[in-house]
Amino acid sequence: MKEHIVRSYEEELALLDRKIAQMGGLAEDALGQAFDALEKRDPRLAEAVIASDKAIDRLQHEIEDQVVTMIARRQPLANDLRHVIGALRIVSDLERIGDLAKNTAKRALAVSQEPYPKPIMSGLRNMVERALRQLKDVLDAYAERNSDLALAVWRDDEQIDAMYNSVFRELLTYMMEDPRNIGLCTHLLFGAKNIERIGDHTTNIAEIVHYLVHGQSITDDRPKGDQTSSTLISRE
Amino acid sequence: MNQQVRTAELSIAAQAAAQKQAGMGGAKVRARDVNVFYGDKQALKNVSVDIPARAVTAFIGPSGCGKSTFLRCMNRMNDTISGARVSGQITIDDEDIYDPRLDVVQLRARVGMVFQKPNPFPKSIYENVAYGPRIHGLASSRADLDEIVMSSLEKAGLLKEVQDRLHESGTGLSGGQQQRLCIARAIAVSPEVILMDEPCSALDPIATAKIEELIDELRENYCIIIVTHSMQQAARVSQRTAFFHLGELIEEGDTDEIFTNPRNRRTQDYITGRYG
Repeated sequence: MKEHIVRSYEEELALLDRKIAQMGGLAEDALGQAFDALEKRDPRLAEAVIASDKAIDRLQHEIEDQVVTMIARRQPLANDLRHVIGALRIVSDLERIGDLAKNTAKRALAVSQEPYPKPIMSGLRNMVERALRQLKDVLDAYAERNSDLALAVWRDDEQIDAMYNSVFRELLTYMMEDPRNIGLCTHLLFGAKNIERIGDHTTNIAEIVHYLVHGQSITDDRPKGDQTSSTLISRE
Repeated sequence: MNQQVRTAELSIAAQAAAQKQAGMGGAKVRARDVNVFYGDKQALKNVSVDIPARAVTAFIGPSGCGKSTFLRCMNRMNDTISGARVSGQITIDDEDIYDPRLDVVQLRARVGMVFQKPNPFPKSIYENVAYGPRIHGLASSRADLDEIVMSSLEKAGLLKEVQDRLHESGTGLSGGQQQRLCIARAIAVSPEVILMDEPCSALDPIATAKIEELIDELRENYCIIIVTHSMQQAARVSQRTAFFHLGELIEEGDTDEIFTNPRNRRTQDYITGRYG
């Protein structure tokens, strides 16, 4: 890509990408640590995650302000226009990911005194690992303007949905086994739902990256695997 | 379900595109393999393009790219430049405008032109507009001529501002008013095509906005071609955009598309202000 004749314009676009990378890094940390706090029942870590959400929100506002100023002053066109509009959309997805991590950290606080049945976290742990990898990949795809990687992330969201279905069933089973698990499992269920939502925001970002690169939306139907909205445990 | 929704969306998009196309009318001006030479220097290379009848087409490109040269081909103003040679074919409503039997004076009545710097005649406002219809014999009586002058000034959005001083000099108007007077003069002879060569580059933003509003109104009845160095102006006023570079037509398409997702890398570099 050739550089702009006006160097400060080039620098502003680069700054936008650096801020998004920073915001993405914070969202990744928040997501990972929120589930560490849940798994290790570590209220201090949970508090730290809750506090870190402020930094994510602050970055969102900074980036939004910068985009508005750039539209006013530079009147970006073509790929530059897609760049600034893409940034505006990505930060709102990253901000939502931060919120969902924060919500999970609050649940970690709520259940930090509860006894955990041993294997209860393993399904959730797999989900988080997967979601973190997807988030990392999509942020790399953005930084590199790699639409193939973005497309791979977009397709792989189905796997998070599949994991969510199985965690949902697993947690229902624990609840049926022992009603004393209901409080804990409900929080974990919301935690799992949060990861599933984070996966959706990650696919949104993948779509934005595709749009940035090609100027067109992804036209395929995305495979969707979340069936929990219609799942019930039947009484037998 | 998803599939159905998508199909519906697609057909809405297709309908919108079809409506857009229908709204612009068919091709008014067709250029095929147009080359222009000034002496040995080739200013335009194999340009082929269709210009829609009821739309604004913007020509953009760096200085010396051939856009004004191409504009001047359409009313044969290049004929007046010694050493200029034009090959290829340009038709208006399927009529070859380089046909030797064609009356160039009549052609220039059909294809009006507005220049970068407002250039009213040093005559009254009324006479500026009446001059064309009079020499082309378009009015059979004084009342007819009055009617043409008034309606042209009205269409150019100038009548309200000048109706009390029609017999004062046209050169006494402000720059923006002078430019609208030149547009009124151009439309007084009922042209089909209006060529505008950077019509706002000498005007302030308010006068520019008035001209742009006028261009938007005029496109319902005229085929308008505008050369502009302002990307924002091209994006604001045109429905089609053509990008010229080094005498070649690089890319031509819907303005919406050119300014958000141009197909050609050179178009993108130019409109975003990157090194050419």
